[in-house]
Amino acid sequence: MPRMTANDALTSALIEEMRRDSRVLMFGEGVATKRRDLLEEFGAARVRNTPLAEGIIAGTAAGAAATGLRPVIDLLFAPFLCYAMDEIVNSAGKLRYLSGGQFAFPMVVLAATGAGWGVGAQHNHNIEAWFAHSPGLKVAMPSTPADFKGLLKAAIRDDNPVLFFTDLALGFTEGDVTDEVVPLGQAAIRRNGRDVTLISYAKTVHTCLAAAEQLADRGISAEVLDLRTLKPLDEETVLASARRTGRVVVVHEASRMCGIGAEVAAIVAEKAFRDLRAPVLRLTGPDAPAPASFPLEQAFVPQPGQIVTTVRDLLGTRDVRDVELAGVPV
Amino acid sequence: MTPKQRIEALEQMLLIRAHEEAAVALQGAGKAGGTCTAVGQEASAVGVVMALTENDQILTNHRSIGHLLARGADPRRTMAEILGRQDGYCAGKSGSLHISARELGVVLTSTIVGGELGLATGVALSRKMLGQPGIVACFFGDGAACEGRFHESLNLAAVWELPVLYVCENNHWQAFVHRRETMLVESITAHAPAHGVESNAVDGNDVEAVHDAASAAIAHIRKTGRPYLLETVTYRLRGHYEPDDQSYVDPQELAHWRARDPILLLKRKLDGEGVLDAAGQQRMEQRVRRRIEEAVGFAEANPYPSLDALTTDVYA
Ligand SMILES: Cc1ncc(C[n+]2csc(CCOP(=O)(O)OP(=O)(O)O)c2C)c(N)n1
Ligand SMILES: [Mg+2]
Repeated sequence: MPRMTANDALTSALIEEMRRDSRVLMFGEGVATKRRDLLEEFGAARVRNTPLAEGIIAGTAAGAAATGLRPVIDLLFAPFLCYAMDEIVNSAGKLRYLSGGQFAFPMVVLAATGAGWGVGAQHNHNIEAWFAHSPGLKVAMPSTPADFKGLLKAAIRDDNPVLFFTDLALGFTEGDVTDEVVPLGQAAIRRNGRDVTLISYAKTVHTCLAAAEQLADRGISAEVLDLRTLKPLDEETVLASARRTGRVVVVHEASRMCGIGAEVAAIVAEKAFRDLRAPVLRLTGPDAPAPASFPLEQAFVPQPGQIVTTVRDLLGTRDVRDVELAGVPV
Repeated sequence: MTPKQRIEALEQMLLIRAHEEAAVALQGAGKAGGTCTAVGQEASAVGVVMALTENDQILTNHRSIGHLLARGADPRRTMAEILGRQDGYCAGKSGSLHISARELGVVLTSTIVGGELGLATGVALSRKMLGQPGIVACFFGDGAACEGRFHESLNLAAVWELPVLYVCENNHWQAFVHRRETMLVESITAHAPAHGVESNAVDGNDVEAVHDAASAAIAHIRKTGRPYLLETVTYRLRGHYEPDDQSYVDPQELAHWRARDPILLLKRKLDGEGVLDAAGQQRMEQRVRRRIEEAVGFAEANPYPSLDALTTDVYA
């Protein structure tokens, strides 16, 4: 099994899918400049630079997707999607339905986000929930190099518009990568546990795993569930785990209100209430734009210590040693 | 245009007018939702669409009936769509505002003003990359030309050499705002050179002039593979949508354009040239009226979609 970075895994998914299907093409600002290997292999028609105009990039992708191509567009940083919102939400998301099913929009929108680069809120904004709220779209946000590749392959093969968010902090992390396609809509249990389920996606999956280690030292067995795809959401895996442990903490970097955590908490409360032994809790970023300053940026994101204290509170086993852990960036 | 083509054009324009008047009546009777009619703009639609070939595709907007019918849409199915019935072109889910008919090459109709401009480049890119013959005609209004997407679309089509015929139907109105209030330039074509795009403005109420200008534009696109902007200068004779009392419209301006009603102009010409006299025109009008009556009958008898259609066709 080759080891590679998440960024390289993403590139290898692009290459394999472009080899597999001549209808797949990729464009965006700087795509042909930065991805010379793709340009050389697939040519200037299938690997294109574009003008700086996210709206027309996304609209062109939607128009092309509806009429026979399978575009992948790179919109760079998630906040730039605001310029492309209409084409993604109103065109790609709705024109299948409004036309009575005459069109499909097999397209992938790539965008990076998340704390780690100190770029501030106009380059870092976890807006994945916006798209999950909008009909006709799918949303994926991987946490491992294997999923960067496998989920992207699935996204390119999917006949619907898929928003594919990549966490800036994960691009250079390494992992084992296979040729496996990871189906959209399937969560993964990253660690088995009995006492509590930590549900997360993207970088905070690793935060949850670190917290689970610390909890294990204190005799608490935490399960870690990686959603991987935010829409469609893998309700079955979420509910099965919630029923098993009876306690759920949802952890994500995106702000709290109407975030994915709210949806997960609601699903668990609605469908697994009888099996719950404690209220479902959320640990999320605050209702604030993401700051650039490194310490503030890190403080924005839930940390292992906070997860540990939250879980120990939930279990009623918190002691004085946990206070210093809370809020201390790890 | 040959005399035969001009007769055909008149029949299509009459069909569009009658269709719109029927839609207005249905709306007034509470049977249809609000519609945006293209009354007064029939020559623009018919002149351009008649200049296209079967291989060409069309994108249009909220004021689309002219483009659809000129392309050969079945009025029974457009009417059924307006009434939200199951055999409408979009299975009743579009209503009047976003009617696409893929089988006719009318694709991705969008009622977000300027939406179709953002999609046309992609449709043209598909044609080009998949080696399909034909061009893409994209209809939009003078209001849409105020959207940023208009400029982004023209620029990208120019840079990527996409075969798009941009047709700006300048009807002087942008909902309830006169275009004089929103732009300093007299003609939308003023924007074309900035993007390196060829353009032309034409009397949009003269179907022959529109047809000639569109034919020349299309020939240019086929020859060069590059986009072209054609402005058809016309007028919205009814309100923005139904009902709309047009109390904000300058009566003199309205009277001026009523006297230039494109159907009136063509009828006069065909009669004067001895191509189709008044009696022949009357017979044509009766034929068209019967077709529309039949279409309304079909649509009203057509069932609504079953309620499970509420959540079908959201995902492929
Ligand atoms: C983005 C957007 N803004 C506003 C509207 C509301 N609206 C619908 S049609 C219209 C006027 C459009 O004017 P124009 O482009 O000239 O087309 P016309 O209606 O004159 O054919 C407006 C403002 C809309 N549908 N979409
Ligand atoms: Mg207008």
